[in-house]
Amino acid sequence: MNFFQSIGASTLAKMSAVGRAAIMLFGALFALPRLKNVPLTIKQVYVVGVQSLLIIVVSGLFIGMVMALQGYTILVDYGAEGSLGPMVALSLLRELGPVVTALLFAGRAGSALTAEIGLMKATEQLSSLEMMAVDPLRRVVAPRFWAGIVSMPMLALIFSAVGILGGHLVGVDWLGVDAGSYWSIMQSTVDWQQDVINGVIKSLVFALVVTWIAIFKGYDSIPTSEGISKATTQTVVFSSLAVLGLDFVLTALMFGIE
Amino acid sequence: MDHLVEVDKLTFSRADRLIYDGVSLNVPKGKITAVMGPSGIGKTTLLKLIGGQLTPDSGDVRFDGNSIVSMNRKTLYQTRRRMSMLFQSGALFTDMSVFDNVAFPLREHTALSEEVIATTVALKLQAVGLRGAASLMPSELSGGMARRAALARAIALDPDLIMYDEPFAGQDPISMGVLVKLIRELNDALGLTSIVVTHDVTEVLTIADYIYILADKRVIGEGTAQQIRESDSELVQQFLTGQADGPVPFHYPATDLEQSLFGDTK
Amino acid sequence: MNKYKTEIMVGVFVVLTIGAILLLALKVANQSMTSEGDTYTLYAKFDNIGGLKPRSAVKVGGVTVGRVNSITLDQDNFTPVVELSISKKYTGFPETSSVSILTSGLLGEQYVGFQPGFSFDGVADLQDGDYLQDTKSALVLEDLIGQFLFNRGNDDE
Repeated sequence: MNFFQSIGASTLAKMSAVGRAAIMLFGALFALPRLKNVPLTIKQVYVVGVQSLLIIVVSGLFIGMVMALQGYTILVDYGAEGSLGPMVALSLLRELGPVVTALLFAGRAGSALTAEIGLMKATEQLSSLEMMAVDPLRRVVAPRFWAGIVSMPMLALIFSAVGILGGHLVGVDWLGVDAGSYWSIMQSTVDWQQDVINGVIKSLVFALVVTWIAIFKGYDSIPTSEGISKATTQTVVFSSLAVLGLDFVLTALMFGIE
Repeated sequence: MDHLVEVDKLTFSRADRLIYDGVSLNVPKGKITAVMGPSGIGKTTLLKLIGGQLTPDSGDVRFDGNSIVSMNRKTLYQTRRRMSMLFQSGALFTDMSVFDNVAFPLREHTALSEEVIATTVALKLQAVGLRGAASLMPSELSGGMARRAALARAIALDPDLIMYDEPFAGQDPISMGVLVKLIRELNDALGLTSIVVTHDVTEVLTIADYIYILADKRVIGEGTAQQIRESDSELVQQFLTGQADGPVPFHYPATDLEQSLFGDTK
Repeated sequence: MNKYKTEIMVGVFVVLTIGAILLLALKVANQSMTSEGDTYTLYAKFDNIGGLKPRSAVKVGGVTVGRVNSITLDQDNFTPVVELSISKKYTGFPETSSVSILTSGLLGEQYVGFQPGFSFDGVADLQDGDYLQDTKSALVLEDLIGQFLFNRGNDDE
């Protein structure tokens, strides 16, 4: 095919994919919420949230511990090991909490969402819903979407809290930083609005993007085993890249300009 | 005769490939109509066109006199409650038990109490002989049982029309016999109208009241089982008797073998 | 039972999140209800505040008694004005008290060191909205080095 022709064709294909994704998002978000769907959403919170809990807690604990260890060896040279608390807390709340949670979420829950919806499509369950006069956007997509948006900030908060405790474990209990200064300097440095709330906002944005990509990739996948495996990989790759890119933009907006 | 579904000069293409070119067929009320044809001809597509999941390029599909094609979304969803479809794979929801699968359309579309739903589901499962399997998950069912469970779900709301997509594909002779019996019995007992899409010639000739044969993007033969058997169309006869070569060629269109092997020998 | 298990686990998830929020609010971000409490405001003018920031601590002999509320520039004489919120628990500081900007450790954060003055007859206590007269500015490293080099230069002659 002509070079320019193929560029045009692939641009058109990408545009139409973005359009389909937007239509799907619109259909899912603005499907009138019905009381019947609340239990469905709770069930999905279990699937995407509770089942990601273990990996989040374990990762948070280890990242907090590693940061305390690394931070201590650097700070102790300057006699500033008292600043270990704020270092661990700020890195977790502002960056690592939302970002690592989003990356783990994309790998654990996002890929599972894509595969599940892709399989529902391949086994004609989505078609069958439509033929039963039940809108799959409302019945299948919307509960998963809301569950993702609710779960990820919760996971990020738990991740940060566990990480700070992990930092305490290594910094205070093991390396002998004074517990009082670990907490008190942290308290005087960390700001609720600036650090905690901004972290939650980041996490909400990541939740929207990762869940959107995961569900759309499943919904739009080619319903064959090859198509689903490709869609699952794309979910993880695309959402990881999107999270890292968006993180830069959000950080610049929130902390870049004083 | 009264027709429940009328397909009128339907043309449909997918990704530049023409699938139907002016197909017309009628489905009489209360009868079993079979649509047969070689694989890859887009028989499932026909059912999706009737169900309004796909939109034709031109032509019309009418259900009970109303055009499916020009319906808005709300009316379409209301019309779909009167039809149901049995998918090739059964399409049971894998995260629910058989009972919940059959109860699903009732819970979605009616405000019946759980007791009434339990009774209705038991009756529907009894009709397909799976009342004892109500608590099993779809993954624990054999292919034939999954299809019967899906059939129970399809008749849960007492529809006017059931569309069967390849109900016999990949079934052993016993479950095939069970399905043939069920399709006939349900059709007569519940006063349904059935469309069976299949390429299993012998089974369908025993139950279908009227048969259409699709090939080459159009209807190549129609009639009762008797008329079809006596058809003098070569294509119909090739399909019925299963000859390897005939009007439907054995070879996919290709260049001359000699030429492609030895190059241009000028 | 299976259905209830889901709900119980989601409940556990919510409780864990609330626990995390409480930890972050009370222990990490110091959003505690007690710390803010009732405060009164004092002002202090410095020549140079160095790296002092809002929410920096105000300490008396190492005990935190309040926080820096805001830092503004006086438009009349172009000196920084620091607004201090002092807890109502600590009152009765004499007017002769002084404040200085100190650094915790060599590279640590800066805080306001509050030195209560002597109390004798005729000296009133500090009230809400008063200005502290006796202030010592932050030490700026570059100024110190400059001074040091200048003195060395003088010595050589």
